[in-house]
Amino acid sequence: MNDRIKTLREKSLNAIPALSQERAVLVTEFYKTGAPEKFSVPVTRALCLNHILENKKLYLEDGELIVGERGQAPKATPTYPEICIHSIQDLDILNTREKISFKSDDQTKKIYDDTIIPFWKGKSIREKIFSEVDEAWKQAYAAGIFTEFMEQRAPGHTVLGSKIYSHGLLDIKSEIEIQIGSLDFYNDPEAFDKREELKAMSIAIDAVINFAKRYSELAKEKSEKEEIPQRKKELEKIAEVCSYVPANAPRNLWEALQYYWFVHLGVITELNTWDSFNPGRLDQHLYPFYKKDIEDGTHTPESAKELLQAFWIKFNNQPAPPKVGVTAQESNTYTDFCLINLGGVKENGDDAVNELTFILLDVIEEMRLLQPSSMIQVSKKNPDRFIKRALKIIKTGYGQPSVFNTDSIIQELIRQGKSIIDARNGGASGCVETGAFGKECYILTGYFNLVKVLEITLNNGIDPKTGKKIGIETGNPESFKTFEELLSAYEKQLNHFIDIKIKGNNIIEKLYAKYLPAPFMSVLIDDCISKGKDYNNGGARYNTSYIQGVGLGSITDSLSSIKHNVFEKKILSMKELLKILKSNFAGSESMRQIFLSDTPKYGNDDDQADSLTKQVFEIYFNAVDNRPNTKGGKYRINLLPTTSHVYFGSVCGATPDGRFAEEPLSEGISPVQGADVNGPTAVIKSASKIDHLRTGGTLLNQKFTPQLLEDESGIEKLTQLIRTYFRMDGHHIQFNVVDADTLRQAQKEPEKYRDLIVRVAGYSDYFVDLTVELQNEIIKRTEQMGI
Amino acid sequence: MSQSGIVFDIIKYSVHDGPGIRTTVFLKGCPLDCIWCHNPESKKLEPETTTKITRNKVLKLSYSETKDVVGREVTDDEIFNEILKDRMFYEQSGGGVTFSGGEPLMQPKFLKSLLLKCKEHDIHTAVDTSGYASKEVLDSIAPFTDLFLFDLKLIDEEDHKKYTGVSNKLILRNLIYLSEAAGKIRIRIPLIPNITDSESNLNQIAGFLSKLKNISNVDLLPYNELSESKNKKFCSKVQLESLKIQSDESLTKIKKTFEPLGVEITIRG
Repeated sequence: MNDRIKTLREKSLNAIPALSQERAVLVTEFYKTGAPEKFSVPVTRALCLNHILENKKLYLEDGELIVGERGQAPKATPTYPEICIHSIQDLDILNTREKISFKSDDQTKKIYDDTIIPFWKGKSIREKIFSEVDEAWKQAYAAGIFTEFMEQRAPGHTVLGSKIYSHGLLDIKSEIEIQIGSLDFYNDPEAFDKREELKAMSIAIDAVINFAKRYSELAKEKSEKEEIPQRKKELEKIAEVCSYVPANAPRNLWEALQYYWFVHLGVITELNTWDSFNPGRLDQHLYPFYKKDIEDGTHTPESAKELLQAFWIKFNNQPAPPKVGVTAQESNTYTDFCLINLGGVKENGDDAVNELTFILLDVIEEMRLLQPSSMIQVSKKNPDRFIKRALKIIKTGYGQPSVFNTDSIIQELIRQGKSIIDARNGGASGCVETGAFGKECYILTGYFNLVKVLEITLNNGIDPKTGKKIGIETGNPESFKTFEELLSAYEKQLNHFIDIKIKGNNIIEKLYAKYLPAPFMSVLIDDCISKGKDYNNGGARYNTSYIQGVGLGSITDSLSSIKHNVFEKKILSMKELLKILKSNFAGSESMRQIFLSDTPKYGNDDDQADSLTKQVFEIYFNAVDNRPNTKGGKYRINLLPTTSHVYFGSVCGATPDGRFAEEPLSEGISPVQGADVNGPTAVIKSASKIDHLRTGGTLLNQKFTPQLLEDESGIEKLTQLIRTYFRMDGHHIQFNVVDADTLRQAQKEPEKYRDLIVRVAGYSDYFVDLTVELQNEIIKRTEQMGI
Repeated sequence: MSQSGIVFDIIKYSVHDGPGIRTTVFLKGCPLDCIWCHNPESKKLEPETTTKITRNKVLKLSYSETKDVVGREVTDDEIFNEILKDRMFYEQSGGGVTFSGGEPLMQPKFLKSLLLKCKEHDIHTAVDTSGYASKEVLDSIAPFTDLFLFDLKLIDEEDHKKYTGVSNKLILRNLIYLSEAAGKIRIRIPLIPNITDSESNLNQIAGFLSKLKNISNVDLLPYNELSESKNKKFCSKVQLESLKIQSDESLTKIKKTFEPLGVEITIRG
């Protein structure tokens, strides 16, 4: 890394995340002009984006090559009052909380108090959501049966395809104009809605092009005053690049990167899409530009790398927008889940690994930044040396890149009805979610607590935490004669809560379609233009809604304990079990020990336990898969937790697997922390028993001690371990390589370990920014591997 | 006919006991009494109680209740089913199964039955042995063993007796015999400070090996690695911690001693 990149990287690392009032002020200002009364909703939204981009403060710092910030400075993070309103109390908590804070001053608070809060009160989508969903939804939500992604962030969770690398925004604008011209008002009753949407897209395009022009002018201005000849030349170049892209298709690497970056800023300024948008298959998109630049002498591999690194730093400057309400107290994370995909296959099925893939891996290794996150797509066609190069980065304890199975991703997408070409051009985003990049609106709608449903089943519909009846009566478990009766009761209860969740989703998705369309996002994702429909209203070629199951290991082990100890060995009755759970194992430590160590557990390649995993998987799959969503698409499942396994654990009482009340659940499809005692092959075998190809992503977290990756032979064997998991259709595996002592030291002296990044669950985070509970969990897991 | 034997552990993803990803099966019983042995409970053939350990949980080979019981009588089918679970890992990585101990040749019928089952399923087999067994026993298992991991400790007979409790005549004779008759042999030398790592002992081992065929590798197992690792065959019943462990320089020097053999030399297995 050269001095310029070092300086920019340091600046990014040291920038203090602050709450930026800029966007909220501009949006409020715009809505007060009366525009919403004059124009259709999509046009209003596009004009609103234009107002922000036209008036926001620009930032162009010394040494920058790729330009543009969402806030007025790196890590100045906006709020989105049209979605959720930050109260003064929220601002205070964000300002002062120990972890993941966002600084704000009195002036900011005054503006929120005087202007933003009073204007938006009653108008935000969050308030609309809570007034439209029914009581059953609210109760289940409050009990921690599920979470709701869209109460604070807009549906997004998509990844850009290859379109911008061959089409300038002006080219796309022409397509839109042609589309408007061909609307059939005689026979198409939706023609007017389509025209409004297409007009909005066109306005959004102009907004982003003009934003780039403002940067071009600023760079030109700066270049005129610049005295250092080299910097003067760079500023002139920036001015030239920003006047050419995004209006026109890029001609070289620099223009391609800068084009993407303006598009990225457009998307994350328009709405706070969750999870954040990203360029996806970067090594594929950029390779032709890289190759040409190297051939004609524009770049050396080193100078190309410098540009890529400058690009990387831009992602790190954009923390995830802060939350509101009770969740503001939770730490969350600064990461916004941009997941760069490397490798995989080309659309004709060929091995896609190229020279640039390896350069990007160098960039990842050298930058060691929280954002963007990165992953490798491993196909059976890719060379081993690709995996090995990635493992050499992973072994440094950075937690990136994570490792995905391209061949499974393709099959998952094809099962969902995508064409083979769209599937091959796809990948994974966010944590582990499968998507057809550039063609799909796939949204995570919320996590689903598989364990809490068991707790409610064991209490015949009542949540023991509150005493409220929030489920249905599925029978007094003490009356169950067989384990199958219990399982069938569980299935009924689960179906009941999935129904509630989907009913809520069907309302919430429509609220966004009606009130908060995303015309700029719609410009980018096929086939919104040809359908004349918004991204949030079924415009995309494919539309998938996910509900993410959480706690597969915990639910398996809990059911295993009931089956084994109550129904088979009969060492205690159901009545006794329920009593023990209610008392949180008080005075029953010896029984808890039996639950912990003398009961079949998931993660050990033991069919006694794993057969239950399969049954739970099928119950969950059948409850969700293939149900229609509001956009003409379908519901699908995936199995990932982010950090929700901690929250979901906190709402669950003691469980039959020996877990104390309020302790975290297992994450993803990983075994319960400490339950796997037969090594990684057994974990992988257990994890392979569910059918990954019928999901849209699963998350398996495996921790290794550094010793296992010390030499070439260790790397080789881990490579083959990954290959074997993928032969069995495993979707994803990630490795955390770090020792427990280092982590403990980091807990003691966080200031010395600010750059320690660990894999949490589907994403990496700064260890020192994690809550103590999560830190302890990671330490516990690490020790487990180190015994 | 189903055979049974005494096994005290199974370790999966065992990466230092031969090529590829392996499962290592630890058979109980050992005729040697090495002073550095860390597994005194592996010496007796019968299951026994001791004061620690919980291991492989699925098969409950060694378990902990009020006392720890090390070893259990199991059938070949039971063990083989466990071996078979990781078949795909062996196939993908060029790995297989390693039978270790103890001394696996102490249970020849059981071992042979397991080896045969592995060969029926085309699973690569390795036998990790001290070489202290009769020729008949060697003959009975050699045809089904793809690789011998042969431990060579001391060439001097008196020293061998002193530190391991037995003469090395039979061991050396068996090694010569196997090198003439068998497939591949990987020599493993535990480097015990001041006992096996002396210049003269290592020179003598190198000299001895130079006359043999079919030696594919020499693995040097440094003492400090042994004591930390999960390698169950070596570690100390006596406190050897005060002994000087091998530095990187001395390991490089030891490695040089074996270079003339023209085989691959690895430090650590």
